Amino acid sequence: MKQEIIKSPISTILVWLVAVLVTGTFAWILGDIIFHGVGGISWEFLTTAPEDAGRSGGIGPILVSTGLILAVAMGVSVPLGVGTAILLAEFTSATNWFGRFVRRSLDILAGVPSIVFGLFGNAFFAKTLGLGFSILSGGLTLACMVLPILIRSAEEGLRGVPDELRLGAAALGLSRTTTLFHLLLPAAIPGLLVGLVLGIGRAIAETAALVFTSGYVARMPQSLLDSGRSLSIHIFDLSMNISGGDTNAYGSALVLVILLLMINATAAWLAHQSSSKYNDSYQFR
Amino acid sequence: MTWLEDKISSPSKLNKSSQFDWDWVLVWVLRIMAAITGAIVLLIVIFLILESLPFLLVKGIGPFFTDPTWNPTEGLYNFTPMLWGTLLATMGSVVVATPLGIISALFCQYYAPVAMGNLYRRLIELLAGIPSVVYGFWGLVVLVPLINRLHPPGASLLAGIIILTIMILPTIALVADASFGKVPQEYLLGATSLGLSKWGTICNVVFPAAKSGLFTGVILTVGRAIGETMAVLMVCGNVVETPSSIFDPIRTLTANIALEMAYALGNHRSALFVSGLALMAIIVLLAVAAEVITVTSSPVTKNS
Repeated sequence: MKQEIIKSPISTILVWLVAVLVTGTFAWILGDIIFHGVGGISWEFLTTAPEDAGRSGGIGPILVSTGLILAVAMGVSVPLGVGTAILLAEFTSATNWFGRFVRRSLDILAGVPSIVFGLFGNAFFAKTLGLGFSILSGGLTLACMVLPILIRSAEEGLRGVPDELRLGAAALGLSRTTTLFHLLLPAAIPGLLVGLVLGIGRAIAETAALVFTSGYVARMPQSLLDSGRSLSIHIFDLSMNISGGDTNAYGSALVLVILLLMINATAAWLAHQSSSKYNDSYQFR
Repeated sequence: MTWLEDKISSPSKLNKSSQFDWDWVLVWVLRIMAAITGAIVLLIVIFLILESLPFLLVKGIGPFFTDPTWNPTEGLYNFTPMLWGTLLATMGSVVVATPLGIISALFCQYYAPVAMGNLYRRLIELLAGIPSVVYGFWGLVVLVPLINRLHPPGASLLAGIIILTIMILPTIALVADASFGKVPQEYLLGATSLGLSKWGTICNVVFPAAKSGLFTGVILTVGRAIGETMAVLMVCGNVVETPSSIFDPIRTLTANIALEMAYALGNHRSALFVSGLALMAIIVLLAVAAEVITVTSSPVTKNS
């Protein structure tokens, strides 16, 4: 007991110290990026093309490529992910072999390193399917990567919908298709949106999976089969391969961080919406 | 799942007037989608194996350990320095990040006032979302010069460990926080009423109860550290040699792939895919280990 009394305050101090250390490191990183990056950001920086290998000029085409890669990734993964989530949440029991197989492979998929996704994307989309280094290859690779996140959120969203809706719909003789499209999916929209936003966050942060799938070309892309440089690859290239590219790398890093902070805030807000929704309007008991 | 559990028959099956069973179509469309999703992991493994085979069939795995060095242009493929690089960077960062992450979670749950704890949790979530390339960039322009002043060249195993620690700390903190959150309130009240101090409660009640969650968190973290590419590539110097001190530059397996894939052809390309296959195998093993731990050792959280 005596030992306990002596130990307690020290452990408390230690815990607070760690919290301060972590917060401090975070503030240091963020502060550094903001301090050095904020001067470089202007309307011109966001809209003009990079010049002199990115040392001067802006990031216009890079933002367009990033947007296109994200659009491809989400356009493919959202229908696939929501469909899978509906099957897992509504039509598959916990013991079904197929459901367990899909779940198990999603667990593994969630842990696959991004560089391995890059290798796979290069071998499958770029080489075997003949898409080459293109926005399409990069987007499809990212689609595989964000599926686990999308499915997890969508499943949680669907499970959050009260069973009363399903029972009520069945009692009224509505088919399951109707129930799904008119009751369950609309009710689960906040959960689906959280997944979408988290998926975009993961995809926009990705670098390693894109290096050998969407490529390095910094020109304005003309079609989805053109190579397009994403914002994260731009930061990597400027800081590693271009001497004197640090100023613009700071600017690009700040743009990326701001985008991610906005995405994070949106996800948090949506999650809050979905958790409070049923407390207000669907109190049956 | 209530449709299955409560054995509610599908109304469209009873409706004889309708020609077409839309529910049947829906279920099959969904099954096909889920099959595609489930097949992705298999596809990844198949393509990694296909691309690795040209090397493995001709040379086997011997050269990866017995060749004098890694120099693909001369046909030398020794992976050992990169394996050491990956192993040391991963172990170093996991050893540092695990206590920091767990203590961060303790802070959220038991030490901070509620509002501050929530704020801190939000901060950790933000940290988890920051792209690796941004961490790498910060490491390159801030951390490496600092270490260089301490002991040149700066781009080193130490820089890699620090950056990886910052990157994986959020993962373990969030998992630990979630598993602390599942410890039944009765345990804490019981411990308090028995007169245990806060730290005593944490050591003797909270840790044993949250053990499986913490182990799973550490395993996830190991996977994340092994697979991390960009940040490590940017701060570690990428010299192919087994490091003899913490200030020596290293090259990890992942960085090696990222650096050389762009121009690799033939056997060289194939060798890089072999390293990718090895990474994939490690990740699958870690996933299985995490599953085993979750299934076998969580009586506390299950019964509550």
